[in-house]
Amino acid sequence: MSHFLAPVFGPGFFDSTTVHTALIVGTLVALVAATVGVFTVMRGQSFAGEALGDIGTTGGSGAYLIGVGPLWGFVAISVVAAAAMELIGIQRPRGRDLATGIVLGAALGLAALFFDLLATYHSNTGATVTILFGSIFVIASSTIPLAILLSAIVLVIVAVLYRPLLLSSMSAELAAARGIPVRAVGALYLLALALSVALAAITIGTILSTALLIGPAATALRLTRRPGTAILAAGLIGIGATWLGIVLAYDSYAWPPIHRGWPVSFFVVTIIFVLYLLAGVPELWRTRKRRAGETIVGVPLAAGDR
Amino acid sequence: MINTWTEATIVAVVAGVVGFFTVLRGSAFVAHAVPNGSFAGAAGASLLGINTIVGLGVFSLCGALGIGVLGRRGRHDVVTALALVFMLGLGALFLSLTVEYEPEIYSLLFGEVLGISNTEVGPTAALAVVCIAVVVVLYRPLMLSSVLPEAGEARGVSTFRMELCFLTVVALATTMTVPVVGTLLIFSLMIGSPAAARSFTDRPSHAIVLSVVIALVAVWSAIALAYTTNLPVGFFVAAVSALSYALGRGWAAWRRSRSTRLAIPASELATGT
Repeated sequence: MSHFLAPVFGPGFFDSTTVHTALIVGTLVALVAATVGVFTVMRGQSFAGEALGDIGTTGGSGAYLIGVGPLWGFVAISVVAAAAMELIGIQRPRGRDLATGIVLGAALGLAALFFDLLATYHSNTGATVTILFGSIFVIASSTIPLAILLSAIVLVIVAVLYRPLLLSSMSAELAAARGIPVRAVGALYLLALALSVALAAITIGTILSTALLIGPAATALRLTRRPGTAILAAGLIGIGATWLGIVLAYDSYAWPPIHRGWPVSFFVVTIIFVLYLLAGVPELWRTRKRRAGETIVGVPLAAGDR
Repeated sequence: MINTWTEATIVAVVAGVVGFFTVLRGSAFVAHAVPNGSFAGAAGASLLGINTIVGLGVFSLCGALGIGVLGRRGRHDVVTALALVFMLGLGALFLSLTVEYEPEIYSLLFGEVLGISNTEVGPTAALAVVCIAVVVVLYRPLMLSSVLPEAGEARGVSTFRMELCFLTVVALATTMTVPVVGTLLIFSLMIGSPAAARSFTDRPSHAIVLSVVIALVAVWSAIALAYTTNLPVGFFVAAVSALSYALGRGWAAWRRSRSTRLAIPASELATGT
């Protein structure tokens, strides 16, 4: 058995503690991000997810400056940023874009300042790349308890809010008519989003964390319309992409042109992007068939349903 | 120093104009994604040893058009997010294959406005002229399809085609501005100043002018502050943009409270109480 798998798993793959930590944290993160991601895609808040991830850069660099673990920085800043977006008015569809954009711009300015201070006073080489693009193989095993705690908080929030969150994501008016406090639910959901993006940032980096959040969820929602099934499918896709990414990155230490290993983040993101495109194929095929049918009958085409 | 001022002024004008349409169309996400993703182009260019501008141009155009075409099918924000992270993933790969120095990555992401050479001003100015020319030529259809897409369609303005034109303009603006203010901070200039301008006036032409003025003030004061304090320019650009937006919101709130106070007697008069 192990003889056949030798070309797939590089030597020492199962014995390395680094790989163990990477697999444990990676699985947790993929599961949490995919669960929250399904709601993010349904609510059309990908930009908020992306922005909270990018804003993590500020927290990560700030954490390096004062010398604490980057995860603390990610969590602190994304919760603060989520609160700021909520205050500026992310709950209104019209103001959403701007609220996110303004907070994102201001936070990135701070990140520029922090990185500059890091370069001046700490000469901390590699911090920029580690924060931005992540490095699942440098996660300290002491991070695991905190990662488990944060994942549990997010999953509890989603489980408790499941029905009201689902309804208010599909139709805010209907949810309000049923007496659901839409704004409070939205704010709590934003908290869960901030926490899960912070978790994703330690595995694939702040500016790539969106991939784990949006990718698996969007792929799953292309395959099924049922929210429960979609969450399950998204979790599986996320975990699968992360595992495959870790295996490939481990193997890539032996690849040309340089024997230094390709980044895990690159593999995870590419796998997710390809899966999303593939999931669109059945739909494309169905519309082709429907359109071919329509032209025969002579019914004018709809402008395309978004 | 003269080069820096010229370059920054050009960037501010383009960001002010393009940014106005970005805010009007609610395309902040795309305006964030295209410059950010083009980072991969710059990294790829340094891997192959070609000019950074070429890499930036190719990636920003491909990214923008890719988002436009794929966005027709899937959800627009999802497609934007995934196209962005895919480009950034490629960027991470290119970075790991080259032996880049930290300061170079930093200057790509956050800009290096104080280190502009004579040779860079020419191409930037040329791209800026093209950008502004496209906006001027397409002014009316672009405005119509941004504000009332259905009415635009009815008058023969294809929303999809306008979207592609707009995305191309964003890509052009990105290519010229990234080397100056960096992939992450062009965004704060493109969103902050027009958003602030729109809280001061409702008329589009006034708002565009005001947005350019605010962007100019932000960039000029940022350069002066960065020069005197020796802190990064990007920080000051973002801070001034955010501050101008806060002022705009404050002004709009103050005007609204005044107009409602004035309006109450009139409504009471109308209802006869």
